Amino acid sequence: MHLMYFTEQPMSAYPEDEGLKRGATALMFSNRHFDPVAGSRLYNEYLEHYRLAEEVGFDGIMLNEHHNAPFCMQAKCNVFASILAAVTKRVKIVLLGNPLPLADNPVRLAEELAMIDMVSRGRLVSGFVRGGGQEQLATGVNPAFNRERFEEAHELIVRAWTQEGPFRFEGTHYQHRVVNPWAVPLQKPHPRVWIPGVLSKETIIWAARQRYPYIALSTAIDATKKIWELYDSVAREVGYTGGPENRGYLQRCHVAETEEKAMANARQFMWMQGEFTGLAHPVWSSPSGYFSPSYRKAFVEFAVGRAANPRAAAFEEQIREQQIIAGTPKTVIPKLRRLLEETRPSILGFWAADGFVSNQDTTTCIRLLGQEVLPAVREMGKELGLWSPFEANAPVSITQPAPPTPRNGA
Amino acid sequence: MAPTASALAWTIEEVRVAGSSVRLRTTGRGAPLLVLHHDIGTPEQLPFYDALAGHFTVLLPSHPGYDGAERPAWMRSVRDVAVTYQALLATRGPADVSLLGLGFGGWIAAEMATMAPRAFRRMILVGPMGIKPGAGEILDQALVSYIDYVRAGFSDQAGFDRLFSPDPPTPQLEQWDLNREMTFRIAWKPYMYNPTLPPLLSGVQTETLIVWGRDDRIVPPGCGEQYARALPKSRLTVVDGAGHFVDMERPEALAKLIVQFAAES
Repeated sequence: MHLMYFTEQPMSAYPEDEGLKRGATALMFSNRHFDPVAGSRLYNEYLEHYRLAEEVGFDGIMLNEHHNAPFCMQAKCNVFASILAAVTKRVKIVLLGNPLPLADNPVRLAEELAMIDMVSRGRLVSGFVRGGGQEQLATGVNPAFNRERFEEAHELIVRAWTQEGPFRFEGTHYQHRVVNPWAVPLQKPHPRVWIPGVLSKETIIWAARQRYPYIALSTAIDATKKIWELYDSVAREVGYTGGPENRGYLQRCHVAETEEKAMANARQFMWMQGEFTGLAHPVWSSPSGYFSPSYRKAFVEFAVGRAANPRAAAFEEQIREQQIIAGTPKTVIPKLRRLLEETRPSILGFWAADGFVSNQDTTTCIRLLGQEVLPAVREMGKELGLWSPFEANAPVSITQPAPPTPRNGA
Repeated sequence: MAPTASALAWTIEEVRVAGSSVRLRTTGRGAPLLVLHHDIGTPEQLPFYDALAGHFTVLLPSHPGYDGAERPAWMRSVRDVAVTYQALLATRGPADVSLLGLGFGGWIAAEMATMAPRAFRRMILVGPMGIKPGAGEILDQALVSYIDYVRAGFSDQAGFDRLFSPDPPTPQLEQWDLNREMTFRIAWKPYMYNPTLPPLLSGVQTETLIVWGRDDRIVPPGCGEQYARALPKSRLTVVDGAGHFVDMERPEALAKLIVQFAAES
């Protein structure tokens, strides 16, 4: 198994009452509520948490990015990836990921990622995402071409990594008359690419077609099983058998020394009414053209307040469905076992705390995970045959049948 | 008074233009008038169309990708729409056409006029987008719901309620969403204007009437003065008791202005 630590890097020092009063804390919620003094403190705390995660035995650190919102302070995951490349020694740096459509110059992104891979001595896993709906608006990128830009930028980056330059790229959305970046990845043929997602069938199908592992972000167990049914059926179509090495899952999992404390802290996963969209305005989080046409009816009804957020569920329901797990190590381990048995992922991210959980409680949580939970999960992984892409020497992609080298850093 | 639309008889045809099918609806009798609808699309029937049909042969295409019309995947700009309509008129349209552009459709009409500075008999632009406002901003529909955007175009909300019902049904919302998606595909950046349009407007020889709703909250009324300065043979008229959707709020008054303007020699 590949076990990762994750935090959204919440900007918990923002005035929550202002957010609740405004009713939406993304995109148009004024940045006058951002306090850079608290921001500086929090960034450094989060950095300490990452170092601790490596120390207590996590295999990877998962990073992401969002824009114009307190629920995530990372505006550029490559910045923290660069820092971690230098200050950590062993963990994989797992970006889930760079929002490709937001990039106007994917070659530049390819260069940044190659630099991170070299500085970290081959520890980069470079995931790619479409970016949330409001991210398109925050960066002025046309939501109607989101998926086209995603696929085209991906093609250009992989070519920039694998094809000797100079070459010319004339796409629909990207045109580069000279592609010849001197920074190229250490890992050959290129760093592993993992694709996280929540809802879009199109993304699952695309990831399966590429033979890229798909990372389900905190979906309910039944929904996760449906994801793997779809993924595996596409895998069969394109000529391989899907298995644990293709499956990842991000689990919100808070552990503490007592049940009561764990449950109280776990409620912070619902801060700003929960979900990674926070108090997102439904129109901003799903701009026209961004979401799949098959969800059009659901989203237009959501946009005018006629239906509930198709992506949201109440805390109690998320506890029941194990989208959130909370407790002492003793009580969370059987729940994790159920997750592993029923959905068989080999990549497991632990989203350990959110919102206003104190620095001390977060630190305790990371220690308990490392000391008591991770060893138990590793044993279960062995027993259940959940070999990660690294352990299984899985190919990088459908077009690159070899596992990447160097395998464990240069 | 609550104007209600009659069941005006329309001829509907699909015309192949620029590799796609354009849906063209025709009604009425008289001099030909190409009517270009708003970015929100158009209801099938409107009192405004009734008022025009007695004086003009009304040619009302659905913009490509709007109101269920085929979406040309290649289309990237409002100018692409304008060229498509030039081709439509070349294959299907009668000679000596006048242009009536409503809001977003006004921008399309203005682009068409720059391409053929002597080709149109008359042009009427009603609250057109297309020019960067000197003051204020064109309302960003990406930030507001479908209902709030359309409501913003009415000076009196009773007008919205009458035409769309106080709580429009979901299929209407889906249609507005599709239309909005197409608007994003062709007018995203810069949003709702073309920086190369104003200098090109100076070459247009078509007599033009610019109409603005006094309470337009979607396109700043100052844009009317900018259009009037850019178009050499134009004049500006402001209509009271109307927002952006003058055609829906003051159909009789707008139709009267158009009929009078068309009758001028």
